[in-house]
Amino acid sequence: MLIKSIFLYCALVIITTAILTVRFRNPVHSVLAVLVLFFHMAGLYLLLNAEFLAAVQVIVYAGAILVLYLFVVFLVNVKKEIKTDRFIASYKIAAICSFLVFVLLIAGSRSFLIGPSGKWTIEAVNRITHTKAIGSEIFSTYVLPFEIVALILLVAVIGGILLAKQDKQEDFSIHKKRFPQLKEDNSA
Amino acid sequence: MQILILLIQIAILVAVVLLHVAYATYFERKIIGHMQVRMGPMLVGWHGLLQPIADGIKSFFKEDIIPDQADKSLFLAAPIICLAAMMVSLSVLPFAKGWALADINVGLLFIFAMSSLASYGIILAGWASNSKYTLLGGIRSMAQVISYEIAIGLSLVGVMMLSGTLNLSQIVEAQGNSFFGMFIISQPVAFFVFFIAMLAETNRVPFDLPEAETELVSGYITEYSGMRYAMFFMAEYIGMFVMASIGVVCFLGGWYGPFAVPLFPPIWFILKVYFIMFLFIWIRATLPRYRYDQLMAIGWKLLIPLSLGNIFITGLAMTLAQ
Repeated sequence: MLIKSIFLYCALVIITTAILTVRFRNPVHSVLAVLVLFFHMAGLYLLLNAEFLAAVQVIVYAGAILVLYLFVVFLVNVKKEIKTDRFIASYKIAAICSFLVFVLLIAGSRSFLIGPSGKWTIEAVNRITHTKAIGSEIFSTYVLPFEIVALILLVAVIGGILLAKQDKQEDFSIHKKRFPQLKEDNSA
Repeated sequence: MQILILLIQIAILVAVVLLHVAYATYFERKIIGHMQVRMGPMLVGWHGLLQPIADGIKSFFKEDIIPDQADKSLFLAAPIICLAAMMVSLSVLPFAKGWALADINVGLLFIFAMSSLASYGIILAGWASNSKYTLLGGIRSMAQVISYEIAIGLSLVGVMMLSGTLNLSQIVEAQGNSFFGMFIISQPVAFFVFFIAMLAETNRVPFDLPEAETELVSGYITEYSGMRYAMFFMAEYIGMFVMASIGVVCFLGGWYGPFAVPLFPPIWFILKVYFIMFLFIWIRATLPRYRYDQLMAIGWKLLIPLSLGNIFITGLAMTLAQ
């Protein structure tokens, strides 16, 4: 009963803050609504005995990614919001479509099945702690997908560095065009 | 009944820590005073012993000024977020064997999570005050906390590998009741990285750029006054206390000491924490502030590679020893 009410509370707050995120006028308030949402997501993970995921959810999403969003919001500095009635004319069709999708999702949720229980029952996870269970699974059963994800992230990092470095070189070439004497300085 | 006992324990912990915070300011002012050949606070009580209480009462009765153009709700909430996040991380600290309010499996990660939440208080304070100085202070603190959180997390990975757990009490137990068992002996590089990152993470000198007086008035707390200012102050000192405790738990053997003290088991823990707090203050009295680009260079180019190398060597040594 207690667990069910905690779940209901988390679900309610997640839905409310998700709506508030889109509804708030001020982008900083929106980011804060997402912050509250992330904390309640962590709460859901805790209900599922996944304490490692809960902690990492807060550290990575709330502690790093959302802070970067805040950075962007601060630096862009939206002073005035554009106010129009609707961005598109066919909003009525869009509303009907999204309502139908909502009905479909609700109808589909009735046929949810509880998946087959695998090697990791709650007792097994609790015995060796969730952190160890996740670690041993990632580095044995799922080591190939894990490495592929690492490779993809590495590509992203290299791409970021490349973009940052390229800008500098282009800047210098512009300077060279504008100030031809720079070339002579370089060769000398 | 159990809940009642827990509530009483929480009340005692909060009261003790708040008293500690009050006297940590006295401790700091006295030590810096003596290092600069001054006396420090002397007037209120014997050798100024009642000074923190006088300060507390004064800030409690001061007017709470809210700037006209501030984002009012966030301006009011920011110090509360900061202080609450710092206080919550106290709950997982093991002060002695079995003396932790919540002995959870991911204690170390929990403290990181809460310290990143506390940085939101600082950022929001900077933004909500609607002033250039506070915004700059908030953005600096944001960049600093993100950069050094990586270094501090990576430096503790070596400790996690050696102890095989994230539970703070078990980390202390893994070091055992011996001098050479302490992880500062087997992980000196990790301790070095941790110590520097700890100074940056708590916004202390020589990394106190978010509140650099000479350029930003008082950084993110410029517009705050009265009790809300005091709340930021308390959050900063509780943050120092928590970080020093993490250092003691992970590197200095936690509550174990040369000999067991029968009546008051946390005595060694507290002495070690105060030793690290003394180092904090000693550094503040000695070193000048770093430049902003130097701060970033130390974090990304020195500390992170060092801690990554430390993880690699620790792993290699553990595999060879097996």
